[in-house]
Amino acid sequence: MLRFDEPWTLFLEILGGVPNTVSLALASLVLGFVLAVGLALMRLSPWKPVAWLAYAYVYFFRSTPLLVQIFLIYYGTGQFEGLRESWAWPFFREAYWCAMLALTLNTTAYTSEIIRGGLQAVPWGQVEAAKACGMNAILRLRRVIFPQAIRQALPGYGNEIVLMVKSTSLASTITLLEITLIARKDASSTYTLDALVIAAAIYLFINLLATRGVAWLEYRLSPELREARILKALPDPGLSHVH
Amino acid sequence: MKKTITTLAAIAALAVAGLAAEAAAEWKKGSPVRIATEGAYAPWNYTDSSGKLVGFELDLAVDLCKRMAVTCEVVQQAWEGIIPALQAGKYDAIMAGMSITEKRMKVITFSRSYAATPAVFVVKSDGPFAGLKAAVDAVTMDKIDGAEKDAIATVKKAFAGKTIGVQIATTHENFLNEFVAGDVTVKTYDTQENLDLDLQAGRVDAALAAMSYWKPLLEKDGGKGLKMVGPGFTGGPFGNGVGAGIRQEDQALADMFSKAINAAIADGTVSKLAVQHFGFDASAKN
Amino acid sequence: MPEWLSLLAWGDTGWGDEMVRGALVTLQVAVVAFALGVVIGAGGAAVKLSRVPGLPLLGDVYTTLIRGIPDLITIYIIFFGGGQLAMSVARLFGHTGYIEIDALTTGVSALSVISGAYSTEVIRGAVMAVPKGQIEAAKACGMSRWTLFRRILVPQVARYALPGLGNVWQLTLKDTSLISVVGLTEIMRQAFVASGSTKQPFTFFVSAAVLYLALTSLSNKVFNGAEIWANRGVRRA
Repeated sequence: MLRFDEPWTLFLEILGGVPNTVSLALASLVLGFVLAVGLALMRLSPWKPVAWLAYAYVYFFRSTPLLVQIFLIYYGTGQFEGLRESWAWPFFREAYWCAMLALTLNTTAYTSEIIRGGLQAVPWGQVEAAKACGMNAILRLRRVIFPQAIRQALPGYGNEIVLMVKSTSLASTITLLEITLIARKDASSTYTLDALVIAAAIYLFINLLATRGVAWLEYRLSPELREARILKALPDPGLSHVH
Repeated sequence: MKKTITTLAAIAALAVAGLAAEAAAEWKKGSPVRIATEGAYAPWNYTDSSGKLVGFELDLAVDLCKRMAVTCEVVQQAWEGIIPALQAGKYDAIMAGMSITEKRMKVITFSRSYAATPAVFVVKSDGPFAGLKAAVDAVTMDKIDGAEKDAIATVKKAFAGKTIGVQIATTHENFLNEFVAGDVTVKTYDTQENLDLDLQAGRVDAALAAMSYWKPLLEKDGGKGLKMVGPGFTGGPFGNGVGAGIRQEDQALADMFSKAINAAIADGTVSKLAVQHFGFDASAKN
Repeated sequence: MPEWLSLLAWGDTGWGDEMVRGALVTLQVAVVAFALGVVIGAGGAAVKLSRVPGLPLLGDVYTTLIRGIPDLITIYIIFFGGGQLAMSVARLFGHTGYIEIDALTTGVSALSVISGAYSTEVIRGAVMAVPKGQIEAAKACGMSRWTLFRRILVPQVARYALPGLGNVWQLTLKDTSLISVVGLTEIMRQAFVASGSTKQPFTFFVSAAVLYLALTSLSNKVFNGAEIWANRGVRRA
């Protein structure tokens, strides 16, 4: 059942959840990216225990549902009286920070795999060439490895951004008033779908913006591929069936 | 995006068209009446260890059906689908601890109320709010003047800057939003269980729910360190008590229920059943 | 015995058997939803690759919607709207009774629709990875459409799609946790009931995490085995 008597007020009400949703996604993506670079380097470390630790972290966060991770951090921490009386409690007390922590830890695991893939795609010959030019390790990372790895990782990271925007909806299960919870409150008290459909549209719009943004960044970061892509987009010259 | 909404709207319009097809039945003596209950809301209605539906409303239903001279059948229905299934004609009435609220009145109609359980705040018994008291024990919110304002002010002052937890889509949530939100942070929970967890953890300073929920809970396991404080609230935003939910086109059936409930209140049957099940008189007054 | 261990004991005193039963429900829901999702995915891929005007667009709308909307919202929409939809469809066919969609059906259909969208993309990619030359060669050998489909297309698509479908399986398995919101007693819901009753949420959510880890690790093994089997006879450089 849908009712169309007050769609505008409902839309504005749900729009009120956008700041929480977007800030949660943005903050955890930024924090998660920084941590993920470290984690990816750890996984590629020649020192086995470090690489293994990073692997275990990635394995845990990718093999369990985000919902479990969120509940563990939110409801789970409430079980310990010691924690409740410690300096850390003002942090864990808030659903917002718990959600951000869970989302950050989660995206760190996925992003580190994307970055690792990017790093491994950089041809070894280039690293050797950089060494031969006398670049030190930091300079090699900064000037040769990272720029290419990031470009390589960007499409995968675009997916991760969309997934994170979607994942913020789980914060609704720990009382955080974001888009999903506002919509759900309306749906469960009126037995109508309007609020949920509006919420779905808002998420689609945010994700549309995010994917456009990533596509633009991809375009900006790969000038040497641009020409080839334009050629590809041109009408078929009649040779494309030849493999 | 526009396409999505249009498609979903078309699907939904189809659904509405389908739902409106049910015709009103004629209600008279001897008619079969099917009553739905949830069977998971002790002590209003619940399932005993042998799988039988029991509770305050089950006993009351037997009494009311006798007074209406109809043959009743009680069916079990999950809470989420209880209103849609009524509209779809799976049964004719709902007796499931459902408060009579304006929002629900938009979709279905109700008999007069048969019970009114006050809403009560619960706090940790070793916390700073354990001593909270108001000038009166019972606050009726139908007409808000002197005494009611005082009681609300007491609550507001005590919890200013604090957090009160409440279950989602309940009359209790509506009350908090209307009267104390702004001074007090209101946190909503999917289930009462989650709210209880956060109350124990101290993420909320107080929780508001029906006394009929709290009383049995607090009597288990030494009260679990929780305590009821302040006045009990009824009326106004809490709805006009708990009544039987009925399809809007079956106003005649709603009237039959109301008449029977009036009689059962007048001769003390409802009070007797309430004391027996809740431990206090939760019968509807006037 | 430490307290947490006695909480997880088997039988009436602990929650161990309830949690494991929840895991079985999780596994059932995931298997059925994944299988239905693959069926939907095969259909979706066919729709997306079809040359009938309008059809590919329809497929695009489906996958774009599902991949852009949070799974939780999709589940709520099916939960709040599914019963009404089913009833009105039934009415079109003259059936007037009440149809109730239980939590299991709601959960399975929501997850199938979600995993179907991801499977569509995976299978479409796999079909496109089959070299056109092979199809032309098969036609040149005089294979009928059905033989071509069965002997050339399916074996290779299955091989190309397996790693991607493995990912879809993991996603579906983890998504079952969201079904707890509609009241299905799987791992998450069971962990909640137990935490509510014992006030030990950490213990039970850690147990839930361990059960999911076990399920994903085991199924990983199955998928790896399947990949090796599907790649038998493929020459490696």
